[in-house]
Amino acid sequence: MAVVTEEPKAGFRLGMLIYDTRYRSITIQIVVLFLVMLGAAWLIDNLLRNLAALGRGIDFGFLWNRAGYDINQTLVEYSNDSSHARATLVGLLNTLLIAFLGCIAATILGVIAGVLRLSNNWVIARLMTVYVEIFRNIPLLLWILMIYTVFTEALPAPNAFRGENPAASMVLFDTVAFTNRYTAIPWLVFDRSLGWLQLGPIWLNLDLTAIIVALVGGFLINRAILKRATRIQEATGLRPTTWWQSLLALFGPIIVLKFVLGTHFDYPSLQGFNFTGGLQVSNSLVALWLALTLYTAAFIAEIVRAGINAISRGQSEAAFALGLRPGRTMNLIILPQAMRVIIPPLISQYLNLTKNSSLAIAVGYMDLRGTLGGITLNQTGRGLEAMLLLMLIYLIISLTISGAMNVYNQSVKLKER
Amino acid sequence: MNTSTSTFVRTEMLPQQAPPITESGAVKWLRENLFSSVLNTILTILGIAAVAYLVIHIAPWLSRSVWNANSLSECRQIIAERYGEGVTGACWAVIRERWPQYLFGFYPSHLYWRPVLAFVLLCVAVAPVLFDKLPRKMLWFSLIYPAVGFWLLWGGSVWVPVMALAGFAIGYAAAKIVKPIAGTILATIAAVLAPVLWWLFLAGPAAEALQSILPIALQSVRSREFGGFVLAFTIGFTGIAFSLPLGVMLALGRQSDMFIVNKLSVGFIEFIRGVPLITLLFTASLLLNYFLPPGTDFDIILRVIIMVVLFAAAYIAEVVRGGLAALPRGQYEAADALGLDYWKAQRLIIMPQALKISIPGIVSTFIGLFKDTTLVVFVGLLDPLKGITDAVRASTDWKGIYWEPYIFVGTIFFVFCFAMSRYSMYLEGKLKTDHR
Repeated sequence: MAVVTEEPKAGFRLGMLIYDTRYRSITIQIVVLFLVMLGAAWLIDNLLRNLAALGRGIDFGFLWNRAGYDINQTLVEYSNDSSHARATLVGLLNTLLIAFLGCIAATILGVIAGVLRLSNNWVIARLMTVYVEIFRNIPLLLWILMIYTVFTEALPAPNAFRGENPAASMVLFDTVAFTNRYTAIPWLVFDRSLGWLQLGPIWLNLDLTAIIVALVGGFLINRAILKRATRIQEATGLRPTTWWQSLLALFGPIIVLKFVLGTHFDYPSLQGFNFTGGLQVSNSLVALWLALTLYTAAFIAEIVRAGINAISRGQSEAAFALGLRPGRTMNLIILPQAMRVIIPPLISQYLNLTKNSSLAIAVGYMDLRGTLGGITLNQTGRGLEAMLLLMLIYLIISLTISGAMNVYNQSVKLKER
Repeated sequence: MNTSTSTFVRTEMLPQQAPPITESGAVKWLRENLFSSVLNTILTILGIAAVAYLVIHIAPWLSRSVWNANSLSECRQIIAERYGEGVTGACWAVIRERWPQYLFGFYPSHLYWRPVLAFVLLCVAVAPVLFDKLPRKMLWFSLIYPAVGFWLLWGGSVWVPVMALAGFAIGYAAAKIVKPIAGTILATIAAVLAPVLWWLFLAGPAAEALQSILPIALQSVRSREFGGFVLAFTIGFTGIAFSLPLGVMLALGRQSDMFIVNKLSVGFIEFIRGVPLITLLFTASLLLNYFLPPGTDFDIILRVIIMVVLFAAAYIAEVVRGGLAALPRGQYEAADALGLDYWKAQRLIIMPQALKISIPGIVSTFIGLFKDTTLVVFVGLLDPLKGITDAVRASTDWKGIYWEPYIFVGTIFFVFCFAMSRYSMYLEGKLKTDHR
């Protein structure tokens, strides 16, 4: 029996670059890299030649010039004497505000709609189907424009609330007034305010900070209490009663804070022709928020429905067979599994909402697109720099959120063999 | 003794009794579906109340519709005459009067037959793709339709689209000629290089030469004159047609083992998905000139289409990647075991399954793309939703009309998007091969 011990000659021929699978992938990659670099070089060469022809370079110095325009909604101090960078910051905060409000409201509405769509109540299930289909199949821009038109055209002017027999009235126990210029809502005031703290260019509102710290702290303490209860349960088999500790941890700090700061609501009231007191929210914000919420909630409803449907019936049957009550079955068996299906697309809906908030341009809400990509761009003529910066900021927001999503996905991933 | 008469044996069955009234018919259905518990009863009442509220507020307005009028004030006058003072009604006359504008924008009115014909031919071209019962020969028409549609919509010399199509024929011929001489791989390279060279250097002069010999041309229409649903459909369908293949290529790139190809695909996809479409459209309209050789003027609709295609392709790539990831490894290994090369494995084994899994996601990306065509208003094109409606409202006749145009445009979008989602469900059902 002849055994071939000699290895074939490893002579290298040019054809092996294409025909030998060991080298082919390297050849392809080098060709691709070469083509991409060629394309990039062509674009950059064109850019440099065009800029040279215009006699300009790429210069972000315009950001420190005086902006010279007013913004109708500012979360941080801003006047038309501030710089373009400051205007950009105001726009960014407005974008984040609308995205934050929209995500919260869309999640609540979407979960309710998704669960109700699965209910065995014929009327409600059909209603939710109609809602979801209508909102998913019509452009968001139309909803934004339509809701904004409702606000500006169909609502009464502030002075319609006047007089003995007013043409319009406030809603929600006389606390909220929808007018065609703004929406007046109650707002927190502090009798013993902590004032502001300056950190570099940013002014920090200490009252709000204290509330946020109290809420987050309460939440964390509650989690620690529950963890301890679980540990005791696992060691002894008996779960200690924790409900009053939880209540205390969650609401105690806030209640203490309320008395320390003298917090109470300031309600809007009519003075002359306008409302004073409370907070006057511009209609562009409210309309944009409502439209984004209703639109995104329709998508979230579908995600929730798919997530619940994805859990096979055997899971809940097994739980019942183990003797778990329906509430426990939901909390311990169904939800943890459904969440794994729901969360990733949910987060990508949050991303979509954030990106869609750039349609604020349609109602004149001054978000990042309206300040940096709108008035600043037009005033300075620095289109290239402004768009680059705009894209970079949106990209950072997106990548941050999707990075967080990946971390979450890793942590809940099924541990497979 | 007669025993047979003394024992009682039933000789005929009693007729079945009707079930209790609460356990049959409408009452049972109502009890089970609407009033099974306290919570359900409350929900039912709330739901019916909401529907009733909407109907009470909208139905009278809709029932007082006016279809024939020349201005909003005339509309209001007619409503006041018919239904009395102080009531409101829908004035659909605006749609009737501005119908051509909603469909065609500012397309020259004596050329309306061209977009109409293009739309009819589009239906013919799309039909064999959507329904496999139609004769397969029709696909040839689908392949040349892009050139036909382009020529009908924009006009100009017929030789420009013909020469563009000729590029594909040249690529095919180059592959056929090279293959026996130099082998498959060089033939593939030739099939790519030859048409690119043709389009870059020869197609333009050839089209001009043929035009001077045999002048066949339609009156050309500038992109700025496009508008309304012609614009939405042009961008939407071109975007859909081109984003799918690009998206599949990007997905394959992202799944590839080759480091550079993989990283380039990931970078591209993440960048496009990370920024709003509106910023890409602004880039296309404001900044693209910076990146092109000085003096080039690039058609605005073409720029928008390129951006929309890139945007949708990145999303489709992610959807298809999900489909690829969902395939069991055994499928890849079986394809390898059969000795199929990469492209054959993709074409015969992987893609048919991966695309089938991804159908819902792909179609919802298409729906999103079609809805996003309304955003072109922000780069100065006249989309039906805001562009045309603002133009209509700018005239003194229709100043102050809000709801009717929105409802009309919304309905049209709804019909097309809903049809797309229904089609995807039909396709899913048709392609379903598992027997669960």
